[in-house]
Amino acid sequence: MTDHTTEEPTRRDFIYIAAGGAAAIGGALTIWPFIHQMNPAADTLALGSIRKDISSLGVGQEITVMFRGGPVFIRRRTEAEIAEARAVELDRLPDDLARNENLPDDASAADANRVLNPEYLIVKGNCTHLGCVPVGNGAGDYDGWFCPCHGSHYDASARIRRGPAPENLPVPAYIFENEGAVVKLGATSDEVAAAGWSVA
Amino acid sequence: MKRFIATLAALAALATPALAAEGETHAPENHDWSWEGPFGTFDDRQLQRGLQVYQEVCASCHSMDLLSFRNLGQPGGPFEYLPDPEHEGELITFANPNDNPVVMEIASRYTYTEIDLETGEEMERQGIPADRFPNPYANDAQAAASNGGAAPPDFSVIVKARSGGADYIRSLLLGYDYEVPEDVTLLPGQHYNPYFPGGVLAMGPQLFDGAVPYADDTPQTAEQYAEDVVAFLAWASEPHMEQRKRMGLGVMIFLLIFAVLMWLAYRQVWANVKH
Amino acid sequence: MSHQSTYEPKTGIEKWLDSRLPIVRLGYDSFVDFPTPRNLNYWYTFGGILAVFLVIQILSGVVLAMHYVPHVDHAFDSVERIRRDINYGWLIQSMHANGASFFFVAVYLHMFRGLYYGSYKAPREVLWIIGVVIYLLMMAAAFMGYVLPWGQMSYWGATVITNLVGALPVVGEGIREWLWGDFAVGNATLNRFFSLHYLIPFLIAGLVILHIWALHVPGNNNPTGVEVKGKGDTLPFHPYYTVKDGFAIVVFLMIFAGFVFYLPSVLGHADNSIEANPLVTPAHIVPEWYFLPFYAILRAVTFDFGPISAKLGGVLAMFGAIGVLFALPWLDRSPVKSMRYRPIAKWCFLIFVIACLGLGWCGAENPDNMVFEFGGIGMPFVVLSQILTAYYFIYFLVILPVLGFVEKPKERPESIEASVLGSSPAAAPAE
Repeated sequence: MTDHTTEEPTRRDFIYIAAGGAAAIGGALTIWPFIHQMNPAADTLALGSIRKDISSLGVGQEITVMFRGGPVFIRRRTEAEIAEARAVELDRLPDDLARNENLPDDASAADANRVLNPEYLIVKGNCTHLGCVPVGNGAGDYDGWFCPCHGSHYDASARIRRGPAPENLPVPAYIFENEGAVVKLGATSDEVAAAGWSVA
Repeated sequence: MKRFIATLAALAALATPALAAEGETHAPENHDWSWEGPFGTFDDRQLQRGLQVYQEVCASCHSMDLLSFRNLGQPGGPFEYLPDPEHEGELITFANPNDNPVVMEIASRYTYTEIDLETGEEMERQGIPADRFPNPYANDAQAAASNGGAAPPDFSVIVKARSGGADYIRSLLLGYDYEVPEDVTLLPGQHYNPYFPGGVLAMGPQLFDGAVPYADDTPQTAEQYAEDVVAFLAWASEPHMEQRKRMGLGVMIFLLIFAVLMWLAYRQVWANVKH
Repeated sequence: MSHQSTYEPKTGIEKWLDSRLPIVRLGYDSFVDFPTPRNLNYWYTFGGILAVFLVIQILSGVVLAMHYVPHVDHAFDSVERIRRDINYGWLIQSMHANGASFFFVAVYLHMFRGLYYGSYKAPREVLWIIGVVIYLLMMAAAFMGYVLPWGQMSYWGATVITNLVGALPVVGEGIREWLWGDFAVGNATLNRFFSLHYLIPFLIAGLVILHIWALHVPGNNNPTGVEVKGKGDTLPFHPYYTVKDGFAIVVFLMIFAGFVFYLPSVLGHADNSIEANPLVTPAHIVPEWYFLPFYAILRAVTFDFGPISAKLGGVLAMFGAIGVLFALPWLDRSPVKSMRYRPIAKWCFLIFVIACLGLGWCGAENPDNMVFEFGGIGMPFVVLSQILTAYYFIYFLVILPVLGFVEKPKERPESIEASVLGSSPAAAPAE
């Protein structure tokens, strides 16, 4: 066929490499929008953090809030419940970790590591066994929650005590705003750091 | 062949009397907008004023169903940047428009009805940034019934949905000062506006000098209100316009370089080949 | 493939694969070593451009389908949600909508090129017919795709076009209702259009493979219309045509990007930003620009023709305008392929292109509007569209068959190589 001996090889190669490189860069940059489109959209993210006014919640009352596609339990505990939760010895717990998004992964399951304000217990409401929603308001053998699907019992700190569930109900990232009148679920890590969360 | 066509055309011309010109609809007046052209952007202050005009004048009849309060604080939105309360003259921005205090404040002015999960009863709650702009009517039928049978159009994409776009809407808003032609009869509740197709519409003039109090020293004239509210509506019709143009610039530059490289490669490959 | 395979597997894994599934050999013989006429001009790059746009449409379409909701209550809002809330959704939606237009730009140029250089003639009749089938499927996909955003033009375009079927005698009304799955265009229609809109591109992709296969058996036609005679007439596809096609693709993508980023809705219609409303018809229904010539042909038939009503006549004319393309390889009786060497046909072709553009213009206008008006007389668009429609059919059914007998072609080069070198026929095929 034809042979290119008239041109200096290095310059020729440079053009081919540059053209091929441009094609590769263009292709790679084009891929990103096609991948990123599958990430949660702006309207979904807008509900990725919500604020709930809890000022009207009475002592001993409990509400369920829909957050990120599932329930979140907000319980204003009585003095007795707090005392009961704090009295439990940690070595009697099947799961001895706090499971608290606001604290390091290795924080212990002590009740103080499960709450920001001891009066308000806020946990995600899906049983850690298979995702059913436990019944609350002091249900079960440990005065907390009871999951009717397979019989898991949670205590007044929403820690697993008996049954097939492997872990304590997890605590979502949250902070209090307006002097504790409003809870913001889905708080950012900066907000969490500024909110006074600390390992007991 | 050409003569054949010319003959046919002439025959056709003879066979068809010309139709009389119909009632005049004015072409929209051309206006210079800040967002025109490949580098045009929205003016945040103008979008804020436009939102105010929409809320105080238009919103009593026109919904914007596709807009959420959070959109006001997103990149490119009117409240993307706020004055920093701690440092004079500096601006702050929020990664999540949900945390934008102005957006939260605007949303909280409205109340929404939802079902109480405990009781199943309807209850009222304050608006949050994720909420859509409230619709002034409960449903389309009510909107139509309250407006003489014609529901006021939704404003979410109104600038895209009208040929003439921003120019048309501005002209329409300011086009009520024309004398009603003799052959146009207005029924009660109808108004004449030559920019509206057909000239007769149910909406009367809405913008009057001084009707909307601006916080800054922007002139409070009907002209200015119209320009501001159209800017806001144009932004609402395409909130990602600025991002689109920015990205387009990069893509065009890249493709230009790529094309030059491909052309050089082409020249190189074909250098010694006759074709 | 028609030529001897020159692929030689080098590594062990290539040899292993080649004796089991010679797919690398197929790719090598088809797109690397394939002998391609050395004189292909830029009009021949649109095949590659079309392949790129098929990929763009399928990729962006699959993405849009992840977010689109095919329900009359949600379709319009879900498309706006894509443009507003989905990450880069505005970009991908704009690529898909404008991509359809550019797909048609490329396919029309590809088809006109085939018409001019006689690429439909023996031995490429099957290649041409597969191409026409692809074009038909593209039209179906584009039509159904335009319904999906569920704007006013979507709804009323769907209503007008599906009503055409009702013009068929006896079975028309039944078929129309069957298409709708309802008593009018409705939710059932939207759902099935979405399903078919997703299906058709994959049919097109399959037919494209057949199209390339049918191309590679006889090999490319070329601007001289003289078949390849020897090795001196051809060059290997790679790198000569990969780089030439590549350059053309990038230039075409640049124009495309200009529309996607700076004129994203200029090819659309304002009325389609109004949600579909079965109670209000837009003042002026027009299809997308790429259907306008056929829309003009449809509306050009304003008279009953024997037992055929004007409505049915219009439908028949519109489908006939595409149907005639299937018969083209046998209608054109000239032994000369390229119109370079056909002095009369060349001019008739030029008028044909102008007629197609003119029909597009007529399709965009109200038929009663005037093309020109002078001293109280003028010509409405409907008359212009009738003249141009007549020429469209005369070109295929009269001019091309008759020219085959009466036209005296110019002298053609001996071979491609001779034409390229500009020398007289003496040049012997290179060995």
